[in-house]
Amino acid sequence: MTVETPERAGINVPDREGLYASMFRMRRFEERAYELFLQNHIHGTMHLGLGQEAVAAGVAAALRPDDYSLGTYRGHNHIIARGAPLDRVMAELFGRATGLCKGKGGSMHLTSVDHGAYGSYAIVGAHLPIACGIAWSSKVRGTDQVTVCFFGDGATNIGAFHEALNLAVVWRLPVVFVCENNLYMEFTPIGSVTAVVHPAGDRAPAYSLPSVVVDGNDVEAVYGATAPAVAAARAGEGPALLEMLTYRYSGHSRTDPGAYRPAGELDQWKERDPIAAFRRRLTETRADMDRLERMEADVEREVAEAVESSLNAPQPDPDDLLTDVFASNETRWRT
Amino acid sequence: MAHLTFREAIAAGIAQEMERDETVMLLGEDVAAGGGVFKATQGLLDRFGPGRVWDTPISEQAIVGAAMGGAMTGLRPVAEIMFSDFLATCWDGIANQIAKMRYMTGGQVSLPLVIRCANGGGVHFGAQHSQSAENWPMAIPGLKVVAPSTPADAKGLLAASIRDDDPVVFFEHKWLYGSEGEVPEGDHITPLGQAQVLRSGGDVTLLGLGWTALLAMQAAERLAEEQQMQAEVIDLRCLVPLDACTVLESVERTGRLVTVEENPRPLGWGAEVVSIVMEEGFDWLDAPARRVTTPSVPLPAAPLLEDLARPSVDDIIETALSLIS
Repeated sequence: MTVETPERAGINVPDREGLYASMFRMRRFEERAYELFLQNHIHGTMHLGLGQEAVAAGVAAALRPDDYSLGTYRGHNHIIARGAPLDRVMAELFGRATGLCKGKGGSMHLTSVDHGAYGSYAIVGAHLPIACGIAWSSKVRGTDQVTVCFFGDGATNIGAFHEALNLAVVWRLPVVFVCENNLYMEFTPIGSVTAVVHPAGDRAPAYSLPSVVVDGNDVEAVYGATAPAVAAARAGEGPALLEMLTYRYSGHSRTDPGAYRPAGELDQWKERDPIAAFRRRLTETRADMDRLERMEADVEREVAEAVESSLNAPQPDPDDLLTDVFASNETRWRT
Repeated sequence: MAHLTFREAIAAGIAQEMERDETVMLLGEDVAAGGGVFKATQGLLDRFGPGRVWDTPISEQAIVGAAMGGAMTGLRPVAEIMFSDFLATCWDGIANQIAKMRYMTGGQVSLPLVIRCANGGGVHFGAQHSQSAENWPMAIPGLKVVAPSTPADAKGLLAASIRDDDPVVFFEHKWLYGSEGEVPEGDHITPLGQAQVLRSGGDVTLLGLGWTALLAMQAAERLAEEQQMQAEVIDLRCLVPLDACTVLESVERTGRLVTVEENPRPLGWGAEVVSIVMEEGFDWLDAPARRVTTPSVPLPAAPLLEDLARPSVDDIIETALSLIS
């Protein structure tokens, strides 16, 4: 395993307190969202990314605001990392009219085009080819925008993954594939159903796709690996793949207690909690802790306001049921 | 007017839109250097270059994914899926992603793209290269479905589909590629969602789509000659948007309806049209609305068996006559 650290890659991580605050913002949002789910304010399902925050935060920090990203159904972190306002994300989980998608998407389909976040996809692996298409668009339109595609380890065993990797290399697309390897494909250890040790990283060489396996719980390492991949893609040098090793604290979805995991495994990973570990490192390296604490207080306030506003947000307009099917809302499927 | 084959008219429709709008891109298997396996994209690479016309690997999921991503971010991709049977290999991209994205995002994105495919039987290719799949996307909210019957419509409807801001699945009947006809030169657009009355008549309405519209015309001519029965023939042109008004207006006059489709019987598009007529035009009917379809069977390769399975002029005539007693 190659573990990239920012020091080794020669990357200067900008705004370390900001990187911390980005992770803290995801963590507090999801903790509150989960409580609200248990209190029956949020319906449907919910796939939490608790424990995986360093990946989304470190990757997003390496992007420009006009870059594109695609996330998964475990995608709260992905969209929050791009800067989507928490009140609109929370309202979407509540199914309210003020949600990012007017309540029509829900937890698994968070999208904020204004923040470059082009969808959260709930069919495993389906979005890797779509990421290729967005990168293709940048290429033919002659912009230098880069597309990042987050996906889970489970996606690496689906055909779309392989079709997308091949096309990205053949067309030399400005796309960076980011695998969040949290060790479990739903309820099954990924290693027990995959022919290689690193489900994404070990497949990439078959497509001549540069890849690196990264400690996905170290936000600086994530940033350090992502920044050069994004820079290369932006410079027209083609795609890359990053496999981030991380761990999800919760089960696969809301109804899964995660009982299939060996005793002690969760505790071991919590000792390497990406947020607590980075906070310790910031303390040791004499970061601006006053600023960091102010940022934490700001996050707490933003989350509280997001909850409050969502509880009071209007329900969708019943007339909106049939809108947004086609481009013109005058267009019906028949005359 | 230019005298063109159907396949030339397809290329002409694409070329017209590529000329007009530099964001129109063509992609698919063999579409560039090969000119398409049905030669419907011949000459486009030479004319527009490799920056506009893209050969892909045999990767249908990658093709529709690329089209979708491109469409969301400023392109108007025209993707070819060689045979409509292969839509099943990328159905997730079409049915779950492309069709639903605008709705799921609350209207944040548009998907101006076209997926073209060769459709239908009659060429004895066997069950995996002969299906009529136009009823598949009809069942998925968010997709438009178009199927031309003439070279003029091939150009006009394809150009309109490319110009449309919604995803269109465009079915080109492979039996029609060699057919010829007059095609308007210059900017030619046939609006989506407007059925065409091919022949007027007061005794029965025959409703077809693509190749079956031409089949219905042949049946109508024989009905007139042999039975003194005047059939009105309507070419639906599109399943979505569906021009139900034109069908209902015709049935109000004729009192009889026969739908002619190549779909296997259960849930072919004729079933939807008939259900609309039953709900909204029942009082006008002098006889039950009836459907001519293929039976619920995979299409066989043997010419004799395939011909037996597909709708024929005789089937239409027999069905039309059964409505008069």
